[in-house]
Amino acid sequence: MEERAFSDISYAQFLGEEKLMGSNCKQCGAVYVPPRPKCIKCHNSDMQWIEMKGTGKLAAFTSISIGPAFMIEEGYNRKNPYCVGVVELDEGPRVDARIESVEPSKPGNIKVGTPMTVKFLRRGESVDKKTYLAFEPL
Amino acid sequence: MMKRRKLGRGVTVVGAGMSKFGMYKDKDSKDLFFEAFQEMVRSVDKGLDPNDIDALYVGNFSNDFFMHQSHWGPILTDLIGVTPIPATRTEGACASSALAFREGVFAIASGFYDVVLVGGVEEMSKCSTELVAEGLALAAVPYENEVGFTFPGVFGTIATAYFAKYGATHENLMDVTIKSHNNAPLNPKAQFPFTIRDIMNSKIEKAKSQGGPLPEWQTEKDFLRDPRANPPVAWPMHLFDCCPITDGASCMLLVAEEIAANFTNDPLYVVGIGQGSGRGLHAAPTLTSFEATKRAAEEAYGMSGLTPRDIQFAEVHDCFSMAEILHIEDLGFFKAGEGYKAVSDGLTRLDGPKPINTSGGLKCKGHPVGATGISQLIEVWTQLRNKAGKRQVPIKDLRIGAAHNLGGTGGTCTLTILERR
Repeated sequence: MEERAFSDISYAQFLGEEKLMGSNCKQCGAVYVPPRPKCIKCHNSDMQWIEMKGTGKLAAFTSISIGPAFMIEEGYNRKNPYCVGVVELDEGPRVDARIESVEPSKPGNIKVGTPMTVKFLRRGESVDKKTYLAFEPL
Repeated sequence: MMKRRKLGRGVTVVGAGMSKFGMYKDKDSKDLFFEAFQEMVRSVDKGLDPNDIDALYVGNFSNDFFMHQSHWGPILTDLIGVTPIPATRTEGACASSALAFREGVFAIASGFYDVVLVGGVEEMSKCSTELVAEGLALAAVPYENEVGFTFPGVFGTIATAYFAKYGATHENLMDVTIKSHNNAPLNPKAQFPFTIRDIMNSKIEKAKSQGGPLPEWQTEKDFLRDPRANPPVAWPMHLFDCCPITDGASCMLLVAEEIAANFTNDPLYVVGIGQGSGRGLHAAPTLTSFEATKRAAEEAYGMSGLTPRDIQFAEVHDCFSMAEILHIEDLGFFKAGEGYKAVSDGLTRLDGPKPINTSGGLKCKGHPVGATGISQLIEVWTQLRNKAGKRQVPIKDLRIGAAHNLGGTGGTCTLTILERR
């Protein structure tokens, strides 16, 4: 796995394998999810892969009533909203993710700071099948 | 300490014009730009010979997507009859025309050109709402789009982070909306020239005429709290937290300081001009501030030698109510975490100590994305030249105003400061 480029394509491949992977600067130790091909703190480009534990806390979220076409196709609308948000991983980096196993129609009950755990969502058919990042309360 | 940047020579604004903003079935981008251009020509006190224009810079975000037509520079030089002068399109999402302004300033400051037309145009309303949303999302970062974020969703997310950090609530965001709607009827160019009270009254009248049950709202906040009147779009962003879909155009005439007197005895001086870049939500240093705005402000304040206190009024990029609060903090008008209190205390009202978005803002004036940046500067021009009529800022000796423009998830931000001497 060390041979994969530190790229969005590799990141998506790992998600398909149900692994949340980041890149780790060998010089200063900074961790990036999604992976970066170079360290933007110390400008070193000697990176290694690091797997995240997949736990963190909800940093911010929203409940979307009017989504993009692909979410509408999945059946989401004003009567059936969905949640997305930002999760701060225990290792430090933040990721954008769907937020599952909450009540999107009662967003006032969802609390920033809630401990979360990763869940891998699949969308699309056969060759177009992709895995997306989601989190749900621990 | 940041290097203090200076222009190679002084640049002034000597003319400005914009189309009325709205949703038009019977006007296209050329019609709108022509409307803006004609108003600009009329605004030049000593007149403008179009043959004196050396170059055009025009901001346009996505007419390619919205209208299947790209490459607007030469279309517009042809429209106004100045071909074959050079024509350049700038793109920085919703900050596209602030970039056109900036490139125009640099072109003159470098000494290469003396008279530059800068403008912006966007035509959105002929597209379906779903397609507009998809087109606008092209300016977000991929990690946001693929999990289902929308732009209202990005700012809804920021709002929950801000609320949790500072204790603000949606009630504070309502104060932004009510304030902008109070300014809008005073702006003849605004898409929605109505106060919230006007909108409530018209809905009550409609209910009366239809014989239905009458709404029980007493205050503007009763109306904004009612999910039937103000439904969630991306909670906590509701309909009245979001700017509309708009068609419109704007333009300004920039000339070198040494020839400004050929055009007017009352030019505005470009004293500060800053720009920054930023990252998506996942990588931003915090969720409650835009690093690009802070960088733009640092550059513009540094160049002008001015401080946030010196800016007497400003237009800021209120694509969503939450955004306005972040910007007035990032620009240094209020401390981090105190912007919402300033709004709720009335400090940013037209008659307050720091009027913000006297035009009605993007919320009410409208947001034809590529035209917005220069339209914000036109509000600064109009106020500084005491031509704002009933929405004239009632501050004595009005001399310095600023406009802040934002694109994407804070990917591109600018701050431009104009001075009347």
